[in-house]
Amino acid sequence: MTTRWTRKDLLGLRELTADEINFVLETTDAFKQIGTREIKKVPALRGKTLVNFFVEPSTRTRTSFELAAFRLSADVINISATTSSLTKGETLKDTARNLEALQADIIVLRHSSAGAPQFLANRLKASVINAGDGAHEHPTQALLDLYTIRERRGKIAGLHVAIIGDILFSRVARSNIFGLLKLGARVTLVGPSTLVPRDFEKLGAEISYKIEDVLPNADVVNLLRIQHERQRREYFPGLGEYIRLFGLTKQRAKLLKPDCLIMHPGPINRGVEIDSEVADGQQSVILDQVTNGLAVRMAVLYLCGGIAS
Amino acid sequence: MDAQAIRRALRRVAHEIIERNPGLEGVVLAGIPLRGVEIARRIAAFIREIENVGVETGVIDVAMHRDDVGTRKELPVVRASKLPVPLEDRTVVIVDDVLYTGRTVRAAMDAINSFGRPARIQLAVLVDRGHRELPIRPDYVGKNLPTAAREQIQVGLQETDNEPDAVWLERG
Repeated sequence: MTTRWTRKDLLGLRELTADEINFVLETTDAFKQIGTREIKKVPALRGKTLVNFFVEPSTRTRTSFELAAFRLSADVINISATTSSLTKGETLKDTARNLEALQADIIVLRHSSAGAPQFLANRLKASVINAGDGAHEHPTQALLDLYTIRERRGKIAGLHVAIIGDILFSRVARSNIFGLLKLGARVTLVGPSTLVPRDFEKLGAEISYKIEDVLPNADVVNLLRIQHERQRREYFPGLGEYIRLFGLTKQRAKLLKPDCLIMHPGPINRGVEIDSEVADGQQSVILDQVTNGLAVRMAVLYLCGGIAS
Repeated sequence: MDAQAIRRALRRVAHEIIERNPGLEGVVLAGIPLRGVEIARRIAAFIREIENVGVETGVIDVAMHRDDVGTRKELPVVRASKLPVPLEDRTVVIVDDVLYTGRTVRAAMDAINSFGRPARIQLAVLVDRGHRELPIRPDYVGKNLPTAAREQIQVGLQETDNEPDAVWLERG
């Protein structure tokens, strides 16, 4: 392994090389091991300050980053949209500069606008980690998905991964598409035509509007959450129709290969994109994803935050 | 040192570990990647040859326990540690190729402590080159090689470096 990590920021998977992605996954192996120790904490980022800056609500991603930072001995401050001065009209740039004036070393940013992390990264000395920006990228989610697939199947190249649901508005889908294709997987996007535009074929993914065609030959199905809170009516067929056409029901799950992995970035809408029994079944690795997410985020924080600025 | 000198040195270290740890009860040889892991494997092989006893080996990665994270342009590669647990009542022998400032060994002891509380920790090195910056001393030394600070000790091992076993001095 000759690749070295030289980036202070993690903004997306689009800009990473396959070697860099593999390097993060291999580093994750080491951090996952810490979870099995009696003392689940290492001093790697001792004395560093991490700011969890979540302008959009999130529990699991924020908690995962927070716990990852604790395990690396960093100090953590959480700022959410409602507690920040953004509600008082402060610009993103001013808020960030104030954070930097407080000597924050790492800023984990979740923002509704695509490109917000890039904007900060270009202007700040601190490391910026993208925890999801608009419908753009969610790199740590994709990395933990890749890690989980690699852990379960021993490889990624050559596997056929189906990503099912609202692709158009999904940053998880975009980051997964970039990562999976770079590592040599075959990717098929499945969903209503309004949410799976043909444009995605330009990225190298295949497209299908019929879930039954895809399930029997998939090695992994990654179900995206139907974000009904932000769903625009003109794109979405309606919940009942969606379940009928694209939900991973118990019945449909029988079409899957026995060793096909079922993934979901959470939170799950039980009975919508996935049936309860399927989500809790043998093939589901949804909770592995959560455990691996912690290790992946430790690796990312260590790599970006551990480099001398 | 050539291959034969390295073999003799490690064989003697194996003898000393056997003498110091009666019955080799609970002994685990924990190598620091990369070369420490290979040296630990070789010492374990000598112990098996001499005493017909198999001792456990482990891997102890120190990258995330170092005290210089954030001061280097390049981060050391981190690898997963592997130690038998529980460590209580066990003797962990830290194994590395070169002992220099002692900072790596301190990091290794911190790493070991996060797995539990071993009965004792010992230190075995192929080469001790001096220049300690911490109050650490080795229990087993393959060879003492006094050096100047600007000199470097290079270790090459067949398994890790794909070249014939050798230890040599490079002047900086």
